[in-house]
Amino acid sequence: MLAILDRPVATAALVSIRGVGKTFANGTTALAGLDLDIRPGEFVSLLGPSGCGKSTALRIIAGLAEPTAGRVEWPGSLSEDHRAEIGFVFQEPTLMPWATAVDNVWLPLRLRGVSRRAAAPRVEESLAQVGLSGFGGSYPRELSGGMKMRVSIARALSLRPKLLLMDEPFAALDEITRFKLNDDLLRLQREFGCTVVFVTHSVYESVYLSSRILVMAARPGRIVAEIPVWAPRERGEGFRSTQLYADLCRHASGALHGAMAPDEHR
Amino acid sequence: MSLPRASSTVRAPVDAVPATPATNGGWRGVSFDVNRILRVGLPIVVFAASLWWWEHYVETRHVPPYVLPAPSVIWATLLKDWPILLGSLLVTLKTTFLGLLLAVFGGVTLAVLLSLSRLVEYSLYPYAVVLQVTPVVAISPLLLIYLPQDLAVLACAWIVAFFPVLSNTTLGLQSVDRNLLELFDLYGATRPKGAPAFVGRSLSRVKALWYLRRPAALPYFLAGLKVAGGLSLIGAVVAEIAAGSAGAGSGLAYRIMESQFRLNIPRLFAALALLAATGVIIFLALSALSHLLLRRWHESALKQER
Repeated sequence: MLAILDRPVATAALVSIRGVGKTFANGTTALAGLDLDIRPGEFVSLLGPSGCGKSTALRIIAGLAEPTAGRVEWPGSLSEDHRAEIGFVFQEPTLMPWATAVDNVWLPLRLRGVSRRAAAPRVEESLAQVGLSGFGGSYPRELSGGMKMRVSIARALSLRPKLLLMDEPFAALDEITRFKLNDDLLRLQREFGCTVVFVTHSVYESVYLSSRILVMAARPGRIVAEIPVWAPRERGEGFRSTQLYADLCRHASGALHGAMAPDEHR
Repeated sequence: MSLPRASSTVRAPVDAVPATPATNGGWRGVSFDVNRILRVGLPIVVFAASLWWWEHYVETRHVPPYVLPAPSVIWATLLKDWPILLGSLLVTLKTTFLGLLLAVFGGVTLAVLLSLSRLVEYSLYPYAVVLQVTPVVAISPLLLIYLPQDLAVLACAWIVAFFPVLSNTTLGLQSVDRNLLELFDLYGATRPKGAPAFVGRSLSRVKALWYLRRPAALPYFLAGLKVAGGLSLIGAVVAEIAAGSAGAGSGLAYRIMESQFRLNIPRLFAALALLAATGVIIFLALSALSHLLLRRWHESALKQER
């Protein structure tokens, strides 16, 4: 029984990263020999200190950066253009300040030639899913930081992506807002059944959200530990006070510190 | 467009605190009104006081009108010479607006070309700078030799108004959030089936220009336009003055030169006042246009609430 749990290879990977390395023009090696399978329905966190290449890994998956070694494969992809199945959320909300929430969420559809009228139901639905129905006519400056991030998530979801890539999306938010958005993100993932790759430097956030945590180390960027989170996907505030949560946090924290170079401990 | 407000079944997120609308009334509202009265009223008071002092000074010291005419005399001259001055004003206005229009057209077109192609930028931008840093007064005699007078004057107005539009629009087209550009790369790089890759790339570049760079550049362009409006008037006046002694001009600057030769100083002042008023009106009109276009979203158009 345990053997089956240990090796959930029955489902084909959504994305396979094989020996991916990235060396920038200035000679910095951001990533070296990265091997990673992301399976459908997973919530994978890339946890690591700044400069460990976790964002670079995410950008390579999205096709926003080219690896200098290795390759990214999409074994399970149905459509030819797998980019159509990716939603991306940046650390900043990255909204167009001159456009309303509706127009911001419409953008990915608009770029695919969907008219505003045709996109309206989908846009409205996406805004409702992030709890922002009624705020469609607001401009970004009229929204709080958390609400802007919600619009950004609604925009990423408007194409109904199979894979949602998030690059420290909640790092700039206050803790109360972050907790709320964490819960909403878990709910959205359950509703959509999408796969999430989540870059973070917060041990607690990664344990709370993930079904699997990959701890990364810097110079060169690589994966040093893999921590499966054997907890039900339906999580609430109560999860934060369980023994499992505490153990996992200690485990992840230990892996993170073990991964850091000696000079970073001072 | 606006969507219906949230139905009661949808729970609002706890962080969903909308910006509170400005409250009118109360002492805050009153203090805002006082501030507004001061902002409009004080310049008027200063203006009236200077005019009174000027009038008083000329009267008590018996300054002759060919040295310094009193404001009342200038006003009377303005009314008396109105037909001549109005004709000249219209000539100068025509040059100014035509120069500005051509500057906007040329500046924006070149800025778009520069933003699309690095080769164009490298080839042309240095010459735009040369054109800008060479004083227009020094170029105008040459232009007057090569071009008919009205065209030479127009060319001067165009040259000085062109650069602020070009440089500001270029800066604006480049000041796009890098992440937004990446988002366009991710979502917008679709190409027609079977088309080669470069078609997709150009298409995505044009899309980014239209959906992203154009609105991002608007505040910069409008700031450039505000500067260009004033400069276009200056360019027209400088060229008219350079041409004035040589040709048969009829703009306001020409009137100023003519009045100086004839020692008709009250008319000189009247023409000067008209020029200043024209400059102020152009500035106010362009500021209003800028406010109208940016008031919904841009920081510069927002009132600070305390």
